[in-house]
Amino acid sequence: MDTLILYILAIAALSVSMVKSRKKTLMAAKKAFKAFEGIMPQFIVVLLLVSASLAVLDNKTISRFIGDGSGTFGVLAASLIGAVTLIPGFVAFPVAAALMKEGAGATQIAAFVSSLMMVGVVTLPMEMKYFGKRAALMRNGLAFVFSLAAALFVGWVVGL
Amino acid sequence: MKAILKRYTGVILTAVAFVVFVAVLPQWRDKALGGIVFQASTMLLVIPPIFVLLGLMDVWVPRDQMIKYMGPGSGCKGPVLAFLLGSFAAGPLYGAFPLAAVLMKKGASLMNILIFIGAWSTTKIPMLMFEISSLGPRFALSRLAIDIVGIIIIALAIKAWIPAREVERLYAEAEKL
Repeated sequence: MDTLILYILAIAALSVSMVKSRKKTLMAAKKAFKAFEGIMPQFIVVLLLVSASLAVLDNKTISRFIGDGSGTFGVLAASLIGAVTLIPGFVAFPVAAALMKEGAGATQIAAFVSSLMMVGVVTLPMEMKYFGKRAALMRNGLAFVFSLAAALFVGWVVGL
Repeated sequence: MKAILKRYTGVILTAVAFVVFVAVLPQWRDKALGGIVFQASTMLLVIPPIFVLLGLMDVWVPRDQMIKYMGPGSGCKGPVLAFLLGSFAAGPLYGAFPLAAVLMKKGASLMNILIFIGAWSTTKIPMLMFEISSLGPRFALSRLAIDIVGIIIIALAIKAWIPAREVERLYAEAEKL
């Protein structure tokens, strides 16, 4: 669904570009390829990291850590799991919804969702390539701490 | 040849670690190996449109316009535009990094780039709709509200803590795109 939107956008933009100037479109295609080739090493590293992390942290394991009655430890675990996994929203939200129905706390779920969205440990190699080590680590560190705060806030609002 | 080897050092190290991982811990072997195929197919599906958009932006977006709307002197237009760009986007966060690099190359300010990244990660409209329907409006909207605050705090903190020299280096890197 997400990917479909991206394709529609890219194809529309490409068509407009083609109509306006064939030469510039060709230039854009060359740039696209060069940029893609440039990120290839980081891309492969990320791919391996994602595969390994999701093999260890499958839905069942995640549910065990952040499920019903996991308490403060569950909030921390939820943030950590969210930080090291790369799961698209359309997969993560239904899992989170099922967990909530089974009695998991909103605070834990919010910690997981927030850090899943903001923090990307396995995609760090790609982020560092464009933003440098310092900015990338800083952004992820701050986002991790912040997602704990966000979780407390969301847990409080849902419990009102 | 040596240059290629140097570029791929990280890949080789990670690959070795991965092989050791599946050899030593057989309980995760099938899942990890199957995961590579599955993840590669999803990631390789996401990547082409992102890079096509990157190429087109690089060729068509005029630098002076970008500086006017998202540059350091763009006032409150810049952050608002960065927020909208990120929110109407689709796709995983790693897709935002290459596009952010083009924005950098075209002269968008660091603050606006950071807001764009933040918005892409947490305030995407299509994802929000889905979140509301699965986790409820109270959950989704309070998360959205607090994350918008977070995006701004994180952007301000990074901007304040990154030395000017490092920022210059990043912009010079983006120039090579």
